[in-house]
Amino acid sequence: MNTFLQLVLNGLGKGAVYALLALGFVIIFKATEVVNFAHGSLVLIGGYLVYATKDALGWPGAAVLGIVSAAVAALLIERLLVRNARGADVNSLALLTIGVDVIVTEEVVRRLGNDIPFIGDPYDAAPIQFAGLTVFRTQLVALIVGAVLITAFFLVFRFSNWGVAMRAQAENKEAAALMGIRSSRVTATAWLLAGALAGVAVLFMATQDFSGAGLGRGTHAIALIAFPAAILGGLDSTAGAVVGGLVVGLTEALSAQYVSFEFSKSAVFLVMLVILVFRPSGLFGTRELSRV
Amino acid sequence: MLSVRGLEVRYGRSVTALEEIDLDVGPDGVLAVLGGNGAGKSTLLRAVSGTLRLHGGAVAAGEIRFRDERIDRLDPAEIVRRGVVAVPEGRQVFARMTVEENLRAGGLGARSAAVRTAARARVAELFPVLAERATQRAGLLSGGEQQMLAIGRALMSGPDLLLLDEPSLGLAPQMVGRIARIVGEIHAQGTAVVLVEQNATMALEVADTAVVLEVGRVALAGPAAELAASDDVQRLYLGGHAESEEQAEAEAAFARQHRRTLSRWAG
Repeated sequence: MNTFLQLVLNGLGKGAVYALLALGFVIIFKATEVVNFAHGSLVLIGGYLVYATKDALGWPGAAVLGIVSAAVAALLIERLLVRNARGADVNSLALLTIGVDVIVTEEVVRRLGNDIPFIGDPYDAAPIQFAGLTVFRTQLVALIVGAVLITAFFLVFRFSNWGVAMRAQAENKEAAALMGIRSSRVTATAWLLAGALAGVAVLFMATQDFSGAGLGRGTHAIALIAFPAAILGGLDSTAGAVVGGLVVGLTEALSAQYVSFEFSKSAVFLVMLVILVFRPSGLFGTRELSRV
Repeated sequence: MLSVRGLEVRYGRSVTALEEIDLDVGPDGVLAVLGGNGAGKSTLLRAVSGTLRLHGGAVAAGEIRFRDERIDRLDPAEIVRRGVVAVPEGRQVFARMTVEENLRAGGLGARSAAVRTAARARVAELFPVLAERATQRAGLLSGGEQQMLAIGRALMSGPDLLLLDEPSLGLAPQMVGRIARIVGEIHAQGTAVVLVEQNATMALEVADTAVVLEVGRVALAGPAAELAASDDVQRLYLGGHAESEEQAEAEAAFARQHRRTLSRWAG
């Protein structure tokens, strides 16, 4: 029983990180209808800057710089590429982001050379024991940070002007434009936000506790797990992204323990396929809802 | 207040949807734009509200001025901030958002918080039903209520000119009468209106001037009362009553001759 509780806690911690990434996908998808395949490279940009500056700035300063850089990188992709290709088909734009992803990933990996550094200094590799449970500190911190950020996001999404504008635009671009909503600002904010969330996520991903591996190609591979999270939740549902992230985290943790570590990665995709068979638009994805 | 001169609109390279359009709306006027399917009525509203590009169209020639300032090159959000707001065809409320959130979205283009507060009071007075349904999803409202929400939402930014695209479409006759009264009231409160309609009876009752578009050109223009009385408009749009069999046949022949061609563009 203790093992089970331990797995659930650690799984939720991982799930919180996937949720942050999946939420980023969904925000970008809602704002621009583009599936951003460059999300993994945003993770690497943030992580690389933490690694490169943490000796000079100290971990907290480097972490902030990493988050800001990932956000700015996302904004640049939107302003320089996606926005300029206005009128292009969204599938072409998705392919464009794959190109960005390859370039950025290769460059970061080249710069890292033989290093695969851990970047979660303050909390990594210091498990907590309580009530007979061993919980990884990284996962616990990730769970708390994830809960706070996700709650804050939903409050903003529900109540702020940006949130109303964003939802209006996601639902009907023309009607939103006719209301005087400045689509370009809403979209820019969405990419910034998604980039920042990726920057936060990487602080937990390239750690001893989370993956046992430092920053590198492997981190990019982990970021890709957020795709099934977003898809099984429903690509256009923010709540779905969070639930999807948690489902993926739990699936990974439980299958690694009870089946095998090797199986845990494919288990995630199996769960996604099973869910999609029964709910083709994901758990919370919307099918058309209108009354004419 | 609104002046359109020599306007030509194209979709893509070859499809011309509007040609040589001239029209004016005074500060306290109601202009009715009549015409059949594909005549270019919606295209005209898209040109004024700046949403042509979302439909693959562009202004090819001519200009649109609002208060002596050219608006045909501005994006829709800027045009809203100048005081011109459109209610699109088919209402297009944000179905998944609540009535309250729809109204809030409408207020995002207001020039100041004071304008928004005044607009909110005006909408509450014009459409008490929206307050009753504030927390309901807009997609679950009836067609008439959705139309009221679409108009209320547009009023939230305090426009000086309201563009309405077929507000009576698909509504029960009683509701059409109600929408007409509301348009009259909005006008009486000092907002100029451009009313695009296929329901000519309703539009000519509310409007003071009118234009009839046919295949992208202004076919007739003048005071609404004069147009309502004109034989052509009676025959084509108001369903004039024949007094004898010969007259009915003559009118049928006239209608055949003047049958409007179906256009290739979504007008």
